[in-house]
Amino acid sequence: MAEFTLPKNSVVKKGKAHPAPEGASRVKKFKIYRYDPDSGENPRYDTYAIDLDDCGPMVLDALIKIKSEQDSTLTFRRSCREGICGSCAMNLDGKNGLACTTAMEDIKGEIRITPLPHMDVIKDLVPDFTHFYAQYASIQPWLKTVTPPPAGKERLQSPEQRDQLDGLYECILCACCSTSCPSYWWNSDRFLGPAILLQAYRWLADSRDEMTGERLDELEDPFRLYRCHTIMNCANVCPKGLNPAKAIAETKKMIVERAI
Amino acid sequence: MATASPKSRPLSPHLGVWKWGTHMLVSILHRITGDGMALVGTVLVVWWLAALAGGPESYAAFMDVFTVKGGALNIIGYIVGVGLTLCFFQHMASGIRHLVLDTGAGYELKTNKMFATLTMVFSVLATLAFWAYQIWGK
Repeated sequence: MAEFTLPKNSVVKKGKAHPAPEGASRVKKFKIYRYDPDSGENPRYDTYAIDLDDCGPMVLDALIKIKSEQDSTLTFRRSCREGICGSCAMNLDGKNGLACTTAMEDIKGEIRITPLPHMDVIKDLVPDFTHFYAQYASIQPWLKTVTPPPAGKERLQSPEQRDQLDGLYECILCACCSTSCPSYWWNSDRFLGPAILLQAYRWLADSRDEMTGERLDELEDPFRLYRCHTIMNCANVCPKGLNPAKAIAETKKMIVERAI
Repeated sequence: MATASPKSRPLSPHLGVWKWGTHMLVSILHRITGDGMALVGTVLVVWWLAALAGGPESYAAFMDVFTVKGGALNIIGYIVGVGLTLCFFQHMASGIRHLVLDTGAGYELKTNKMFATLTMVFSVLATLAFWAYQIWGK
């Protein structure tokens, strides 16, 4: 049964306030989720104020600025700062996204930043992805074949067959979609979630893969696949503009089509 | 230094921080209206049957809860009646939306949002039309 409220140890308390530097002209306020595993205390919201005239345009610029100038204990993942690594996925003012590709000016007023929703928090904005990666491994995300490859050649695809992978191969596994899905919040133990199901469909849609039937057998389960109720949060938050809900619908269609 | 074991890790905020969209609202409305009709509808039908089986007096008592003496609906009758019809039309509209989605159509974000908004517009208009006909149309 879904629990709609946070457990006792997860209720967010009020934290410290870090004022803007003196002489700041354009002040932007941040309310950031903080959790220190060493303190034994509940998570808290710390507030920070920064000067926009002295900062890059993206939310990630502000986070890095806060970490280097105001509070070095602030912890978050980041790497490429151009939306291809997926490390800085977090909840930005109620919607999941990448901090590096979300502009501060697109969010009105105070920006509230929390970790990806309904995940175990390791520290501050860093959630535990162990289960998510295990689910990814479970769909065997690699080309599986039974026939030997053409001697000395790669397995060929026509341009049309290759087109089938557009909108699928671009996924960076940032988990914005999976952690936006209420079905995944309440059933992540058994439901694979949008990101993994999009990946599963990526291999179903690949003309070179020869294990389509086995892959569908694995997915045909009340929970793994069919907990998707087309709530559509996944497609609405994907920072790469992909549509996991559509991929899931296509998977469901494949299961129907092979039965008739 | 004691580091929190995985078991004591807090759960990050979810429903409490999430910014809802039309698509999410319509999805949960489908459940609420479906469950609402099943629960309230079942109770009403059983109550009505029991009252009917109990004879003219118990049936009159049942009717008295929902109607005034002249036979028209009273406040409770209208609340239950309008509530059930609104639930019915909303559930039907979002049910059709789900049917379309199951064919693999309507996933493009703009189309999807428009369809979600339309289910609510339809359910309100259809409820108004239904009751306008009930009151003035006959």
